[in-house]
Amino acid sequence: MRPAFSVLFLTTLIGAGQGLLIALVTGQWYFVIGAGTAHETGRFYAIGTAVAVALLGLGLVASVFHLANPQRGWRAAARWRTSWLSREVVVLPLVMGLAFLYGVTHWFGWNPVLYTFGNQKSLDLTMAVGFLAGGAAGLLFVCTGMIYACVRFIREWASFWTVINYTLMGLSSGFVLAAAYTGTARSPLFDLLAGLALTLTALALGGKLYHLWLNTRLKAKSTMKSAIGVHHEQIRQLTQGFLGASFNTTEFTAPGGKDSARGANLMGLLAGFALPLLLVSIAWGSAEAPLLWLAAAIQYVGLLAERWAFFAGGNHVQNMYYQRMA
Amino acid sequence: MANKQLALVIDLNVCVGCHACVTSCKEWNSSGWAGPLPDQSPYGADPKGVFFNRVQTFECGTFPNTETVHFPKSCLHCEEPPCVPVCPTGASYKRAEDGIVLVDYDKCIGCKYCSWSCPYGAREFDEVQGVMKKCTLCVDRIYDTSLPEDRRKPACVLACPPGARIFGDIKDPDSDASKAIRDNAGFQLMPEWGTQPANHYLPRRKTNIRLHEDELVRADNPLKLEAELPKPVFSSPTVDEMSSW
Repeated sequence: MRPAFSVLFLTTLIGAGQGLLIALVTGQWYFVIGAGTAHETGRFYAIGTAVAVALLGLGLVASVFHLANPQRGWRAAARWRTSWLSREVVVLPLVMGLAFLYGVTHWFGWNPVLYTFGNQKSLDLTMAVGFLAGGAAGLLFVCTGMIYACVRFIREWASFWTVINYTLMGLSSGFVLAAAYTGTARSPLFDLLAGLALTLTALALGGKLYHLWLNTRLKAKSTMKSAIGVHHEQIRQLTQGFLGASFNTTEFTAPGGKDSARGANLMGLLAGFALPLLLVSIAWGSAEAPLLWLAAAIQYVGLLAERWAFFAGGNHVQNMYYQRMA
Repeated sequence: MANKQLALVIDLNVCVGCHACVTSCKEWNSSGWAGPLPDQSPYGADPKGVFFNRVQTFECGTFPNTETVHFPKSCLHCEEPPCVPVCPTGASYKRAEDGIVLVDYDKCIGCKYCSWSCPYGAREFDEVQGVMKKCTLCVDRIYDTSLPEDRRKPACVLACPPGARIFGDIKDPDSDASKAIRDNAGFQLMPEWGTQPANHYLPRRKTNIRLHEDELVRADNPLKLEAELPKPVFSSPTVDEMSSW
């Protein structure tokens, strides 16, 4: 498949935004359940959430560039009952809205107790909004992953691991960002979030490698026999019917072909997972903020490469009809 | 499920690969409801353009025992179209009244997601209008009452010189299309995906008559009726001589 930069930016940016949002909610929850004695200020959560909302907003802007007719993009919310793409279009603004509320309630300190449990713990407004925002962010991971996983005709994508990996990579990049943020802010949450960033990055690497391995063992579901319905063992295309290019020959192939996918994959694995793991573990003890921001930046570029490889590695069934010009 | 499903039946035994259906489709649809079908640098070194219909050629078998198959391909108007539910705006839809799969250009946002969900590569994107386009089964021709009734057919069907394309309602058992499918082992493309394509193809077929030698010489013909009866010897008695009337 042809990697579209709008989609590469969209999926990586909102992934990092959702991950950062979930990291902040996790941090607040960590204090609420009494695991830590320290506390963070509302300002801390509000600034972090503002970064997350900015990332989500940038992703939304990138997605607009994917549409040939963005002026009627609002229509894309119509078919949420059947289309995962439509569901993403609905859930993304929902996440942004809830995240905005989360930041605002923190910034202004609107934090009335909503409910007190039997064990004297209480649910505050900010925590409640945080749970909703985090839940919506989780839902958005599923929507984004399912957009690709439900395309049956690209066997490399049509897997449950597509959804898992979109989620893990988004969480990983968000938590690395959160580690850099808490490291800069000298927050007591740093140890927790850096540790989780390492865990999630390692899990994301594992999931990615497993999916890549699965994709080397794929069996084609369609054959030339079923494609043209002729019962011959040997069928080869003499001509696809035209000498020029068409949508079918550009949209479903990657520039550079298989080699570009291999190179991007290697770069993605190194910069997206291995280097961030190394840098965050070095910085974990010292909370050296520049190193953590470097890790986040390198990981972002790495995940762009990973996403390129994900697209370039997808081989669509329709390509069986477009093999030779003449 | 619709009780009417218009479709094409394409006879691979008849198609000679002349591309008349391709050009007539492009011509009709460029000037019709679905148009235009724009080209990018059509006379340049690297032309690119939108077509609803393509004729491809395949070679089956190993040399010298090969067979050339010309294979016209357009939207198959699936009864379970995978391109329809994935459309986020509802621009891609299947008509309830006749089963034609169409794109509403006023709703299409050009996200191309439907084309990913078509295993046949039947959809082509119009870069000028920014919407997805595909075969409409000449929906603007087949119901046009200003045309004589026998001309209310898709442009490709009318253009096909050897008559390899049959148009009709495959849910009506008495239609030409249904009869052709039934009588000639019509099949669907890639049935493994469960898309239930409405368009059917008729296979390559050869009509052979097997004749045995004993059928030619009529070994089982005791009266030898195909040959003249043996003549009596000249000196043998005649009937008159033998009988006593």
